Amino acid sequence: MEIEAAKQIGAGIAAIALGGAGVGIGTIFGNYLAGALRNPSAAQGQFTNLLIGFALTEFTGLLGFVVAMIILFG
Amino acid sequence: MTFLLESETADAHGSGGGLDPMHQFLISPAFEGFEFPTVFGIDLTITNAAYYMIITTLVIILGLILMTGRGAMVPTRSQSIAELLYGFVADMIRGIMGEEGMKFFPYIFALFTFILVANLLGLLPGAYTFTSQIIVTFALAMISFTLVLITGFAKNGLGFLQLFAPKGLPFMMYFLIIPIEVISFISRPFSLAIRLFANMMAGHVLLKLFGGFVIMLSGLGLVGIVGAIMPLAVATAVTALELMVAFLQAYVFAVLTCIYLNDALHPSH
Repeated sequence: MEIEAAKQIGAGIAAIALGGAGVGIGTIFGNYLAGALRNPSAAQGQFTNLLIGFALTEFTGLLGFVVAMIILFG
Repeated sequence: MTFLLESETADAHGSGGGLDPMHQFLISPAFEGFEFPTVFGIDLTITNAAYYMIITTLVIILGLILMTGRGAMVPTRSQSIAELLYGFVADMIRGIMGEEGMKFFPYIFALFTFILVANLLGLLPGAYTFTSQIIVTFALAMISFTLVLITGFAKNGLGFLQLFAPKGLPFMMYFLIIPIEVISFISRPFSLAIRLFANMMAGHVLLKLFGGFVIMLSGLGLVGIVGAIMPLAVATAVTALELMVAFLQAYVFAVLTCIYLNDALHPSH
């Protein structure tokens, strides 16, 4: 296979990381909403934890983006 | 980053050079035709990234001076914005580190406002987003990381190393836990840097892609102009999303720095 074609395919495969990040972010916000509806008074205090969890989860997807960039242009 | 420069030189003189989504990340001198000196082998040219860093700093300093200059007991509208910003950062620090952490307030406040204003200024059309360069975010992350190391060793001495060995584990577990803790500690500045850089870069590439669709479609005549409404609407929605991301990433960077500093202040969990 030509190296250029293999690079394109590799970058495409690296985009699969977005799937995992999507599942993770959905789980975090879904569970936060479920918890907030059960006990709305405690929800405000956990907002920082929600954002931290969101940032840590999103990072796994962004790593996929960086890998794709390195494959394409590195 | 080098790969951005390479992709630029390949496309710059082609027909589609203006639509290349990577074009916006190119570093170039801000003032054409003005020669800056080279001192001790360091090129002092003001690039567009450095230019926007200066603008960001000036916006923060002048903005805060103008907003709080009168110092009225009953705040005016603009002064209450500045007080809101102060209260927001102060509450964040007190919530994570307690009253002890307030001595880090100047650093955290400067970090938060610098990243926030940089991200927001970068959203203006034609502006340069220097937080989308990994060397900028990595420098910011290394400042935080060095501060954590200095604080940890200055306050606890060698007791700071307790951070890597949580109490109350079976003895054999330490052979497993200590390497994991050390690796997770060392990877902190990298994760801070890549999170901010990749978020800003991905967002701006997305904006440019949809903007490019609008230009390409509207070149096709009447059918294309009708079809261009869709990507234009998406580009507008992505801009709104980017406004949220700009704030969120500044907040996350500041919060994670607070958490790491809290580890340095209280290493024994």
